[in-house]
Amino acid sequence: MAEPIIQIQNLEKRFVSKNTEVYALRGVSLDIEQGDIFGIIGKSGAGKSTLVRCINMLERPTGGAVLVEGKDMCRLSNAELCTARRSMGMIFQQFNLLMQRTTEENVCFPLELAGVPKHEAKKRAAELLQLVGLAERVRSYPSQLSGGQKQRVAIARALATNPKVLLCDEATSALDPATTDSVLALIKDINTRLGITVIVITHEMSVIEKICNHVAIINRGTIVESGTVEEVFFHPKTEEARRLVISEGQKTTESGKNLFRLLFNGRSSFEPVIANLVRECDVAVNIMFANTKDIGGQAFGQMLLQLPDDPEVIARVLAYAKAKELSLEEMSNG
Amino acid sequence: MVNEALLWMLAEGVYDTLYMTLVSTLFSYFFGMFMGVALVVWRPSGIRPRPVLYGVLDVLVNLTRSFPFLILMIAVIPVTRLLIGTTIGNNATVVPLVIAAAPFVARLIESSLLEVDSGVVEAAQSMGATMPQLITKVLIPEAMPSLINGSAIAATTILGYSAMSGAVGGGGLGKLAIMYGYNRYQTDIMFATVVLLIIIVQILQSIGNWMTKRSDKRIL
Repeated sequence: MAEPIIQIQNLEKRFVSKNTEVYALRGVSLDIEQGDIFGIIGKSGAGKSTLVRCINMLERPTGGAVLVEGKDMCRLSNAELCTARRSMGMIFQQFNLLMQRTTEENVCFPLELAGVPKHEAKKRAAELLQLVGLAERVRSYPSQLSGGQKQRVAIARALATNPKVLLCDEATSALDPATTDSVLALIKDINTRLGITVIVITHEMSVIEKICNHVAIINRGTIVESGTVEEVFFHPKTEEARRLVISEGQKTTESGKNLFRLLFNGRSSFEPVIANLVRECDVAVNIMFANTKDIGGQAFGQMLLQLPDDPEVIARVLAYAKAKELSLEEMSNG
Repeated sequence: MVNEALLWMLAEGVYDTLYMTLVSTLFSYFFGMFMGVALVVWRPSGIRPRPVLYGVLDVLVNLTRSFPFLILMIAVIPVTRLLIGTTIGNNATVVPLVIAAAPFVARLIESSLLEVDSGVVEAAQSMGATMPQLITKVLIPEAMPSLINGSAIAATTILGYSAMSGAVGGGGLGKLAIMYGYNRYQTDIMFATVVLLIIIVQILQSIGNWMTKRSDKRIL
């Protein structure tokens, strides 16, 4: 296997104010492979934004190394850093478009910085605006666009210099759910079509589920768990991971009793799992929460079931699950 | 009372006032731009923090700004003589006007540039913008409406200063007001100069407002 495109080694970022020292990041190490969509998830203040900003040196790390294609970003001169940054696009929560420039001029901007001739830049901008579905808004100013459209312009702009990496810092957090989905679909499409490695910073598990193949969970400046999305989703090893994965389920149930989490880990979606369980065990299960997807005939996702308050029935259900190799686990309250 | 000679005198006064105001504004912007940009770039939270240089410049600007203009004009007389060769007339007035107005313009430019969203600057940095590119392609163009608005304020303030310079050898409407209106008790001339000054300020401010609105792409 080729060398990872981004290697983060023992990264540390310390903020020093008058009398206090705060570690925003401590001992963070990650390998991000070429072509990945790598999610970094954590609560606000966990250090995820600092981490992504350390990759292109918007934030200077106080220790450790960030290697992009083998080059240590921390050791580059100003001029080299400018060049290196041109091979990395970045999009932001607040879009950060130039308000006094049209859509087209915004997309041309990074090319202008790189000294690309104007007519070539315009041609490239037209292609990119076509790609993000805004070909007819070339002459519009950002103030005339909706949030989703602004983020599409920002994506086109970030792609203008043909970067190898796209950094997304809470790129969908200011958008409504439907717009979020369409922007995420666009990012995924760009990843498959252009082979760009994408790093996604978010606080929402749903964003990770929708587009990422790898995920790292960050808490208080350290990576507590990382792996493929399936691994972390189906077999969370740490308390933080578990909380993120099932947080949506818990919100709706207010810590009920006898709650069990049933995982769909690529079983056939044609198998009526719940109906069989109900019939075989003669039990009335209550579905508190469900979030499943059918991907190519296989079911993925989770359900939160509430079983009757009867130890005998619960034992029967658990035995049935074991026999049928269903992934059913009791949820601790709290 | 209204004779041709008087009208010519007033017309010349208007011309002199406009000449001093516009030339001084131009030079003040030339010097003030460098200072204003430096104040933004060097500040502790700036793109290239240089706390010592920033501190020196900051104090220097405050110092010049605290001088009463009339005193400043007299204080810089040697400089004026060195540069222009005389201390009376329009060109001689431009020197103290620029010295007084450049730091004021620097503050106006500083506050306009600080209005630019730091996120936009950051985005440009993430695209590999160099320091000069950040200034000429991001900070200044993004702040343009506010800069134009500031220039109207600067021009009207300089106009006010130029009228004051009439007391110590400057020309223009200020000189007429002091010489005829004040020293010779010709109230009608004083009245006429004040009305003309009001009209000029109104026109300058209206042009400024119109251009600000026209240049801003955020309100459409």
